[in-house]
Amino acid sequence: MSTLWTQLEPLLSKVQKPARYIGCEDGSLHPQPRAGQVGWLMTYPDTYEIGLPNQGLQILYEILNERDDAWAERSYAPWVDLEDELRRAGLPLFSVDTHRPAAEFDIIAFNLSAELVYTNVLNCVDLAGVPVRAADRRPEHPLIAIGGHCTYNPEPISDFVDLVVLGDGEEVVGEITDIVREWKASGRTEGSREQVLRALSQVPGVYVPSLYEAEFDGDRLVGIFPRYSDVPEVVEKRTITDLADWPYPKNQLVPLTEVVHDRLNVEVFRGCTRGCRFCQAGMITRPVRERPAEQVRNMVSNGLRRTGYDEVALTSLSTADFSGIERVVADTVNDPANCGQVSVSLPSLRVDAFTVGIAAEIQKARRTGLTFAPEAGTWRMRQVINKLIRNEDLYGAVESAYSQGWRRMKLYFLTGLPTETDEDTLGIAELANHCVELGRAHHKNPSVTVSVGGFVPKPFTPFQWFGQNTVPELYRKVGLLRDATRKSRGVQLKWHDPKATLIEGIMSRGDRRLGPVIEEVWRKGGTFQEWSEFFDHGLWVETMAAHGLSVEWYVYRHRTEDEALPWDHLSAGLHRDFLWQDWRDALDQVGLEDCRWTPCYDCGACTGYGVEHVVASAVPPAGGSQGTGQDLSAGDSVPVTIGGVRSSIGASTSTAGVGTS
Amino acid sequence: MRVRIRFTKVGKVRFLGHRDLARIWERTLRRAELSVAYSEGFSPRPKLSFGLALSTGYESDGEYLDVELASTAEPPQLAALPGRLSALLPEGIDATAACEVSRSEPSLQQAVTSCSWLIDVVDVTVAEATDAVDRALAATELMLTRERKGKQVTDDLRPYLLDLSVTGPTPTGARLLAELGTQPRTLRPSELLAALDPPLDEGLVRRTHQWTTDDGARRELIPLDATSAQHDGERAS
Repeated sequence: MSTLWTQLEPLLSKVQKPARYIGCEDGSLHPQPRAGQVGWLMTYPDTYEIGLPNQGLQILYEILNERDDAWAERSYAPWVDLEDELRRAGLPLFSVDTHRPAAEFDIIAFNLSAELVYTNVLNCVDLAGVPVRAADRRPEHPLIAIGGHCTYNPEPISDFVDLVVLGDGEEVVGEITDIVREWKASGRTEGSREQVLRALSQVPGVYVPSLYEAEFDGDRLVGIFPRYSDVPEVVEKRTITDLADWPYPKNQLVPLTEVVHDRLNVEVFRGCTRGCRFCQAGMITRPVRERPAEQVRNMVSNGLRRTGYDEVALTSLSTADFSGIERVVADTVNDPANCGQVSVSLPSLRVDAFTVGIAAEIQKARRTGLTFAPEAGTWRMRQVINKLIRNEDLYGAVESAYSQGWRRMKLYFLTGLPTETDEDTLGIAELANHCVELGRAHHKNPSVTVSVGGFVPKPFTPFQWFGQNTVPELYRKVGLLRDATRKSRGVQLKWHDPKATLIEGIMSRGDRRLGPVIEEVWRKGGTFQEWSEFFDHGLWVETMAAHGLSVEWYVYRHRTEDEALPWDHLSAGLHRDFLWQDWRDALDQVGLEDCRWTPCYDCGACTGYGVEHVVASAVPPAGGSQGTGQDLSAGDSVPVTIGGVRSSIGASTSTAGVGTS
Repeated sequence: MRVRIRFTKVGKVRFLGHRDLARIWERTLRRAELSVAYSEGFSPRPKLSFGLALSTGYESDGEYLDVELASTAEPPQLAALPGRLSALLPEGIDATAACEVSRSEPSLQQAVTSCSWLIDVVDVTVAEATDAVDRALAATELMLTRERKGKQVTDDLRPYLLDLSVTGPTPTGARLLAELGTQPRTLRPSELLAALDPPLDEGLVRRTHQWTTDDGARRELIPLDATSAQHDGERAS
């Protein structure tokens, strides 16, 4: 076994936070690979602190290491200081488990959860000593694979990856291992790389971009078609039917140095059917699959005992919706083994008083802050996005939180949503100001932090046809909010950089023509673009222009119903006509109930795969299917416009095209 | 009850910071099911106190930790404690001794009067290192200018230099053995090397002992007759 540790050790004395490169976590493994076993390097293309807690990578790391024919280790993007040292010393990207060179693995698999990390993927591949372009790789090079939410439109980075995995990875990694094991056994001879990729394209859930041709007619994408008749025309995502069969991670990694989400994490369900129209995660992970409450309790108590953590997060897209959440929370908080020192955190709280009741149960000691995500400032806007919370629901929750001892509220909002008017934007300030007023009745200095992010339309959502707001427009809206909150003591406004929102927008719905742009930005040093100190908006915009690509065309343009989208050859199960109808409903301000407890809308996520919701409770939570007892009828007959031109939706829009930068 | 624990920090874990180490100990004590006392107030923390912080990158055979146990807690078996804890600690961190100390004894920070260090210096011969050491010992003062809290401060380090010798060659240079004072402030090995004439380049550094003074005689913080259990328990990782 080859380890680079002795060469790395002197470099670590020269860099910041060297502890992130040593491994040694409780739960980490030191595989001793045997001949013929398939080696996977599970890689997160951002820092260790952000990547280590990633549950997807940890789950697959365990599943692969349990196999006889595979072994897996982990790697994270080295920070810029170590990258410099590595390049100067001629050392490659390495695993943190045994400090083995990345190129000694058969598959380097990246988790992609944000668009701005794409250049880091190229950097990691290059640091591994592997050609960045898939077309330049030879049989001796590892396969480069990607998974995670960004893979629902992998076209912008398709030049750089060999295979893309759609959906849940638990089962498919085994099927990939089988094929790669055969490839190794056959000696990885000249020309065999193409054959193994061809074989992998037959695995459901695996997309091999090099086996597809993107056809353009001028600027217009005609479609993305398989080059061979045996390669599937549409690649469907993978869905595990029952979370109870997959109680992973069994040995969650406990890092020795501080990371984000540094606590025990137990996934209580996967999928969400609340139907928020902006939310890609809620659309692509359907249906809802709950973990049995008994298994959750066991994973919590075993996990706490094994790790020594004093905090456990029950994770999902909306944990308050978990059947029997109160029991699970109460059992954990009151477990005598936990000595009253264990706290439970519920990411993504629902906005209602019931949720605050649970929060009160779990935060007996430290009532510092509560976070809610109303997402939009007016009821009208929230009907458009199908986040059906009335102002009274929010005020009820906030009032209840203040009266029970919380002093700080954090509220998350999106701006730049379809049909948004200035009244809607200013509604954000109104809500925040009113929340502070409610707090005054209970505390001297209540505080409300308002975080505003610019909306980026995502593939496989009803808003995938919507033209994103421009950078100046987002700045204008942020300005409106600054003016409206400037004088209110107690309201702090934070916002996401609209320029970063723009670049995310390019990647989110871009196509293969962006490959050279990503490569050039990387070659010019544009790594760690998620980090404000390195984010270089100008570099992206200039590079787009240099390649004759129009930001306007990619980001700001509304798409029409008949337009071919770069992800039409991929499927999350959702029917395109369901999404289109939901888009029309959004424009008509028609809300849609949660289908967990109501008749099926035939979105396709269940029916297409022969799977169904796994929900322990047959009745919706208190307050109706959306939890808040809201009125789902259509809104007032407010004329809805998008960017002032409603008529353009669904009809052909004429825009500046590609090549006219 | 206040329990004092001695432990090591060697190998890869030398790159952990002081805060990292504190968090590892908090989790380990919970896993060992020791009932640690918690502070009062808004955000209760377990009552742990560490001795003099070890610079990130240095190794140590003699780190110390005082743990305040809850008044209701069953007193632990001190002889078995080091082994029990080592089994739960990461590789390179081993508990090597434990004893009870009275609450009236001074804190670790106050109790330690000096530390012994093995300091590797690189790109230098034994003879050159010996010359530098002899010059330092013969000097009446060793001035060093350092930046502290944004200000340039010049101090005489000589009173803190209690002992210094060259123990022999290493593959890349020479090894020094030093005893450096810690009161009223600490002299670090890196500062000593910078003050030598000529200054020497630091390699691997290991703290071997932390000493306290009893009636003018120095002794280890945990008396020699206290438990010093060897362990061969199962490793945590």
